[in-house]
Amino acid sequence: MSGLLAYVSRRLAVTFLILLAVSFAVYLIFAFLPFDPATLTCGKNCNDPGIIEANRIRLGYDKPFYEQYWVFIVGLFAGRNYGEGAAAIHCAAPSFGYSFQQHACVTDLIGEALPVTLALAIGALVLWLILGIGLGVLSARFRGRVLDTASTIFVLIGTSLPTFLTGLMLIIFVVIKWHLLPFPAGGYSSPFEDFPGWLNTMILPWITLAFAYAALYTRFVRSQVIETSTEDYIRTARAKGLSEGLILGKHTLRAALAPIATMAGLDFAGLMGGAILTEAVFNLPGLGRLSLGAVLDYDLPIIVATTLLAAAIVVIMNLVLDLVYAFIDPRVRV
Amino acid sequence: MSEPLLEVTNLEKFFPVSGPGMFSRERGTNKAVNGLSFTLKQGETLGLVGESGCGKSTAGRTVLKLYDPTSGSIKFEGEEIADYSPRKMKPLRTQMQMIFQDPQASLNPRQTVGAIISASYEVHKIKPEGGVKTAVQDLLERVGLSAEHFDRYPHEFSGGQRQRIGIARALALKPKFIVCDEPVSALDVSIQAQVVNLLSDLRDDFGLSYLFIAHDLSVVQHIADRVAVMYLGKIMEIAPTSSIYTAPHHPYTKALLSAVPIPDPKLERKREQIVLSGELPSPMKPPTGCVFSTRCWKAQAKCFTEEPQLRKVESSEVACHFPE
Amino acid sequence: MSLLSVHDLRVEFATPDGIVKAVDGISFDVERGETLAIVGESGSGKSVSNLAYMGLLPKGKTKITGSVTLETDNGPVELIGMEPEDIRKIRGKDIAMIFQDPMSALHPFYSIGDQLVEAHQAHNKVEKSVSQERAIELLTLVGVADAKERLRAYPHQFSGGMRQRVMIAMALMNNPSVLIADEPTTALDVTVQAQILKLIADLQKKFKMAVILITHDLGVVAGAADRVNVMYAGKLVESASVDELYAKPKMPYTVGLLGSVPRMDRPHEDRLTAIPGQPPSLMKLSGGCAFAPRCTRKSEVPGNKCETTSPELIQISTGHYSRCHLYEGKTK
Repeated sequence: MSGLLAYVSRRLAVTFLILLAVSFAVYLIFAFLPFDPATLTCGKNCNDPGIIEANRIRLGYDKPFYEQYWVFIVGLFAGRNYGEGAAAIHCAAPSFGYSFQQHACVTDLIGEALPVTLALAIGALVLWLILGIGLGVLSARFRGRVLDTASTIFVLIGTSLPTFLTGLMLIIFVVIKWHLLPFPAGGYSSPFEDFPGWLNTMILPWITLAFAYAALYTRFVRSQVIETSTEDYIRTARAKGLSEGLILGKHTLRAALAPIATMAGLDFAGLMGGAILTEAVFNLPGLGRLSLGAVLDYDLPIIVATTLLAAAIVVIMNLVLDLVYAFIDPRVRV
Repeated sequence: MSEPLLEVTNLEKFFPVSGPGMFSRERGTNKAVNGLSFTLKQGETLGLVGESGCGKSTAGRTVLKLYDPTSGSIKFEGEEIADYSPRKMKPLRTQMQMIFQDPQASLNPRQTVGAIISASYEVHKIKPEGGVKTAVQDLLERVGLSAEHFDRYPHEFSGGQRQRIGIARALALKPKFIVCDEPVSALDVSIQAQVVNLLSDLRDDFGLSYLFIAHDLSVVQHIADRVAVMYLGKIMEIAPTSSIYTAPHHPYTKALLSAVPIPDPKLERKREQIVLSGELPSPMKPPTGCVFSTRCWKAQAKCFTEEPQLRKVESSEVACHFPE
Repeated sequence: MSLLSVHDLRVEFATPDGIVKAVDGISFDVERGETLAIVGESGSGKSVSNLAYMGLLPKGKTKITGSVTLETDNGPVELIGMEPEDIRKIRGKDIAMIFQDPMSALHPFYSIGDQLVEAHQAHNKVEKSVSQERAIELLTLVGVADAKERLRAYPHQFSGGMRQRVMIAMALMNNPSVLIADEPTTALDVTVQAQILKLIADLQKKFKMAVILITHDLGVVAGAADRVNVMYAGKLVESASVDELYAKPKMPYTVGLLGSVPRMDRPHEDRLTAIPGQPPSLMKLSGGCAFAPRCTRKSEVPGNKCETTSPELIQISTGHYSRCHLYEGKTK
């Protein structure tokens, strides 16, 4: 077990270095964009050079690039003050910066958006894994039969319908025409405050996202299962007289699981960057909406923070995946 | 002609190995080839025999400089090539070729047979007399295929025919030395004999020298002049073919010979088999003393501490303290 | 009555290029306690014929006809056309199998204990601990030291020979009356091959099993088999006791095959006697003898008969059958 701990800590150290490099790259890119960040803080129709210069000093844009980066890194660990004296704004650690457009610390903004996206991504992941693996296994088992054909049709529809269309159709039919669900209240409420309300808000976004992914996964799981079932050890299992159910559920699925886990991990990490379309259709204040707004407003601190966050999630997801792999495949473990 | 074509002295090829497990950081060195010495004369065939993991394939590839040797000397026609760079090796590549075990895997499925064989000429910018196509078609006929096969693809051939294509490719540049790495192991029995016979005909016609690698002693008998038996990266015994089968001197050679079944039920029933006990030790931690000591029924105290060197016993050279 | 009786077994695969007759009407019997070797090259149908009656060929595009009867504790049963659930109860219980490559034949993700126990559980309604005891007993029997500890080990932690021992232990979990060994030593080194063949022979004596040894290696056959069936292009071309076959092979293919084998017991001769030509494509079989294109003796048969008429299996002497026009009318 000490091996596991040593491994994880080693990987975490590497992860930390990668994130440092990513943050530097992101900072570098935005430092050399042809925008003046101080001008942007002032809003669209602002041409008061006094305010711009004051903001420049407050936000530290007057300093050279490397110094800004250093201050940014220190802010991550120690928090940061913008301006001085009574007018100073304090963002507690970890401080990702201050958004002038939103007049808020970026960390707080992300703190509000992250749970929304997390809830959306986890719920959708669970749904599409159940649906995708279930349908994939069944259509592999009954290859060429009615069920397989039906699932092929589902795959075609699922992969060709864009999520915003699925989402809109769900709202129109399920909520507006058939009144199967009450009209969701705008915004997002925590499941710990109002669980039924939360479910009501999330169920359609989950279905929308899961629909597209489940189709992809059905196709992928089906091909994985079919490929695995030609392995020699599956023939051995059959020669031993095991039942088809045990062969499929134990021997085939376990072997097919590794590539499925990889795909799920990376898709999940991708979604954590924000499911922009789905969040937009259902008016969910998640990370996708936050970064989209930031891009449209040239709100640099938010863009830097969300980019870093996305990178961190991908890197950490890779670590999680390697651990999952070790759990599935003893050859990796011992 | 007294100078050998190939002279290998104390050749070593070690591979660094990281532990198999993700959570264990075991590191070590796989001593695949661990001090190999042999010579090969012009027109001679040396059989290199051993079980999986004994380093015979690594040895073959290192001799051709497909791997860089860890240490030791490889002299080809008196020229020391052990430390040659790939660029310096290139002109010599026309002299040294290789035939692989799996003809399916070693032929590009998207190229025609003609293109595969012609590539040798293009790489070395050699213009054979009468043009490339004629030369390739002559080669195809020489290895028992026909000139019309020039425009066909590898998948249109059977395993034995594919191996003939591999042989034609190796012959294209008129080499002096060919490493045959288990060239018939993947073939059906009736085809194996064809290919072995073809290889010995070609050797006699072109004056080739072979390093013929095989996993058992039976195939080698019909083609090799001398046989070297390898175990854990080292040569246990090297002897003329005429004597090694009748009078093996190393216990391992004896065990290996006795394990090969004879296709004659009456002899097979009478035959005394030496069934080796135990498992092949890891080449990362070879036994001290004689590497075969852990499985040898004749081993004595000396065998576990002192490594035997190859020494002359009758017509053979044997690395054993107590040869038969 | 024989333990296993195969009669006119045919296996046809539908491929995009047409029907392939992988097994073309073979018949043989296997008695309790004997070893029958089935010898042939790749594509001869030696493996497919046995996978067919075990119900281990992919369904759908495969047509299996003929009859295969097996003596079981509950009397004789017909295996061809059996319901999947019924044939499942035969597999691993009455007939067990081991395969060529023990690395790929064992599931890499499950411990060998798990894989042995489930083989027992599939046919016995007993506590897991009972199956575990049985697994330890058999692992010890096949020569795995510290069997109890090794139950937790995974296949990749064993050497090739040890893996094949594990496969053998797994096959014997339910005391089968027939063991089908499909090229059991082809992937192993010669010294390990000797160990495994000896093990199979010892266990066969101990448990009075019938062994069907499928192989391409005539050396292995000589030491291990009682009777030999030689197959070529889906047909049985020669069948005899092992002594008779090696001493007096009749069918030119058998003769050629014996000549092709490199032999160490004879003085070092320079050349092997090879069979000319290539193995036939099962798609392009003519009406004649499938071996005719490679046969050096077909000119001895008058009237081009080898190219036009497929020969029947005829009895040469007691228990010796050969499929060749050369011997027609010359038998007693």
